[in-house]
Amino acid sequence: MTGVLPITLEESRKIVQALLYSGKEYVCVMKLHGDISQDKVKAALEEFEDTIYQRPPLRASVKRQLRTRKIYYLDFLEMDGRNVLFKVGCEGGTYIRKLCYDIGEVLGCGAHMQELRRTRAGPFVENSGDSVTLHDVAYWFTEWREQKDDEFLKKIIQPMENALALVPKIYIRDSAVDAICHGANLTAPGVLSLETEIEKGSLVAILTLKGEAVALAKALVSTKEILDMEHGMVAETKRVLMPRGTYPKCWKSGET
Amino acid sequence: MARSIAPWEIKRQLMVKAEGKTDPRYGCKPEERQAKDHIRYGVINLDKPAGPTSHEVAAWVKRILKLEHVGHGGTLEANA
Repeated sequence: MTGVLPITLEESRKIVQALLYSGKEYVCVMKLHGDISQDKVKAALEEFEDTIYQRPPLRASVKRQLRTRKIYYLDFLEMDGRNVLFKVGCEGGTYIRKLCYDIGEVLGCGAHMQELRRTRAGPFVENSGDSVTLHDVAYWFTEWREQKDDEFLKKIIQPMENALALVPKIYIRDSAVDAICHGANLTAPGVLSLETEIEKGSLVAILTLKGEAVALAKALVSTKEILDMEHGMVAETKRVLMPRGTYPKCWKSGET
Repeated sequence: MARSIAPWEIKRQLMVKAEGKTDPRYGCKPEERQAKDHIRYGVINLDKPAGPTSHEVAAWVKRILKLEHVGHGGTLEANA
């Protein structure tokens, strides 16, 4: 199994949750156990372009209970004898090996996953300018240490904010930042701007006007409601990303 | 059930609620972090080679960059 594997360093490990939520894309070679016409294969693939049920396989890292996963698209690419090449966009945690098995069941002949390559993990895409190999990492890190040019470091490492590209964002006032860093929830007066399509319960990223990530949070109301609110809670802070004291403390503690 | 839209197909717009400024004395733009912080708050879009597990690859990166903690977003294994 090859392909896009985002690596989170030190503090940025806290954003893994956002990456897991952001969906995946794979290119897969499926091996059929019988001879089937191309039309039938295409029709079967189309059936799975839906919310599907999956029970994680025996050797899995999660509890083996039936769960649903969304398949955003399942595109037939090519077929050569019993080998079928397809591209699938799906929710994180979809088992492609299981998907191949189930497609085989629908076709009646059986099938298994032959080869798999991940072409996307959330905002990270293969063959994009920022994709690097282990060799690149070792090479540019050594260059950076020897020549002290930060551009070399930036060839392999990017800011964790890039990993939040697909998460809806809320930009806040400087004066609201430190309270969030201390775990407080976000209230309406702290909000300066925000993205559309935020629903109650959505995972959101809270950022400063400089574009620095402050925290991951759960929206308590929709974009439209936030725009109209003058006071009250907007988002529940889930994971603080910025160290306390980065911005000045602008809130009063209990005493009067 | 209807086909759902992939997270990368969603188009979002920025809506302004209030005007505000940010004080340059505090924090810094993500792309302007000092090298040490650039690493601490950094991610790598790695092209995983065939063979080693995702955990092994993460451990290699940790050793190459001489870090204490490294994680990965979504295991990419034989089971996937």
